Amino acid sequence: MSLRGKAAIVGAALAGCGEAHGKSAMEITVEAVQGALADAGVSLCDVDAIATCQPLDMLSGLTLAQELGLNPRFAMNNRMGGSSFLSHTLWAATLLELRLADTVLIAYGSNQRTASGKLMTALGLPTYEAPYRPMFPLSSYALAADRHMTQFGTTREQLADVAVAARAWAQKNPEAFVRNPLTREDVIASRRVSDPLRLRDCCLVTDGGGALVMRRAETAKDHPRPPVYLLGGGEGTTHRDISEMPDLTVTGAVQSGAAAMEMAGVRPSDIDVVELYDAFTINVILFLEDLGFCRKGEGGAFVESGGIAPGGHLPVNTNGGGLSCVHPGMYGIFTLVEAVRQLRGEAGDRQIDSAELALAHGNGGVLSSQVTNILGTEATL
Amino acid sequence: MEKEPGPDAVFAAKLAEGVFEIQKCGSCGTHVFHPRVICPACGSANLEWVTPSGKATVYARTVVRRKPERGGDYNVVLVDLEEGVRMMSRVDGVAHDEIAAGLKVIASIGEGADGQSAVVFRPEGGAG
Ligand SMILES: [Zn+2]
Repeated sequence: MSLRGKAAIVGAALAGCGEAHGKSAMEITVEAVQGALADAGVSLCDVDAIATCQPLDMLSGLTLAQELGLNPRFAMNNRMGGSSFLSHTLWAATLLELRLADTVLIAYGSNQRTASGKLMTALGLPTYEAPYRPMFPLSSYALAADRHMTQFGTTREQLADVAVAARAWAQKNPEAFVRNPLTREDVIASRRVSDPLRLRDCCLVTDGGGALVMRRAETAKDHPRPPVYLLGGGEGTTHRDISEMPDLTVTGAVQSGAAAMEMAGVRPSDIDVVELYDAFTINVILFLEDLGFCRKGEGGAFVESGGIAPGGHLPVNTNGGGLSCVHPGMYGIFTLVEAVRQLRGEAGDRQIDSAELALAHGNGGVLSSQVTNILGTEATL
Repeated sequence: MEKEPGPDAVFAAKLAEGVFEIQKCGSCGTHVFHPRVICPACGSANLEWVTPSGKATVYARTVVRRKPERGGDYNVVLVDLEEGVRMMSRVDGVAHDEIAAGLKVIASIGEGADGQSAVVFRPEGGAG
């Protein structure tokens, strides 16, 4: 039995992106829920399963049920970091297909920017890394970038071009948090943080929330907006701590991407628009390689000089990504919301012409968890 | 069965006495770090403590940039021990910018961020 096309996203919304002064993480989450329910034309009382993952609330699945006044049949709270939400969709589809639930709500919200201005996490440094004071999580990604540069000759300029492309997309998105021009030179001249990564290689710290409503395909057309079908999904987990990652140039996206594309029956060349979790510039290069959009070691050349920018050969992170649009601690759900908007044709100036197939990809931990979703319009069923 | 400390505690106690040991699987021969209850290669609980040669090669390196008044720059590396296991550490006794993947290094016991004993490395054949 395959989950291909069995469930669809029928509602999607963002809330509190950028700065949401005076609001708690859960309040932003609930505002996103209100938006997604309205978008779906679904009543709160119809929701019978929920899923969330919040960085500072170990029991956030329970908190969300409480704040919504729900007594759900399932309250999912699986915690793999920023990739969790792309796993929530797979479990949502499973519950729907097995008729264990009829309407699943997936939600996230964070006030990291206005609450602290920096990444807020309940995670401590791993026992065997703490003596050496790596910046968490930045130094882990810096080590991966260093290794990729050593092994494949990836350049500082190529890393910069990932951030430049994200900014160019953000300039087309009125909801993006940072929209002023950014050049390769600006990135390379920005402050060194953990070599080879510099300030402009790092995602934003913003507030923001997102929510999705999922239902079975058979009822998906009973809603105001065109359904976006989940065609495939897969996960890959390779480690927790960067010192335990088998090969810093190969992520679990090899596994998650292959599983998702096999389920969906698609190849990378079929995908119209790609939304990747870009916590740092190196992520995009790694994921493009591991998901099969280019060969291993060729990610740098793939992104160079506008390859993934507007007008390039593959549209990647069309909202501006975590680098320029929004990054409230965990970015996973935002890859899905942007994919939904592209597939519904709602993306305004940044709309990809006749987008039918989208890939959304989440990263959790320090390149530790990788989860891929393939989404499609009705035409792809 | 007598209650014995777990491998993390055993490793820490040895390190506090200036001894750096890793585990080796008695069933499949794989060396293991960090310390574990079972071998990640074969699942065997037959792990014994062995002394590594201390020889290692830098696999990846970063330099955390800090202002001098906040303690200044420091390096963080991943090294591959000759025995085939990888660990996070730092390389002392050489300029940060001269540390790169491929650099041959040798282990010694130094001080970690918390002032406790930690395994650190120096360039092989470098000054003392
Ligand atoms: Zn073994």
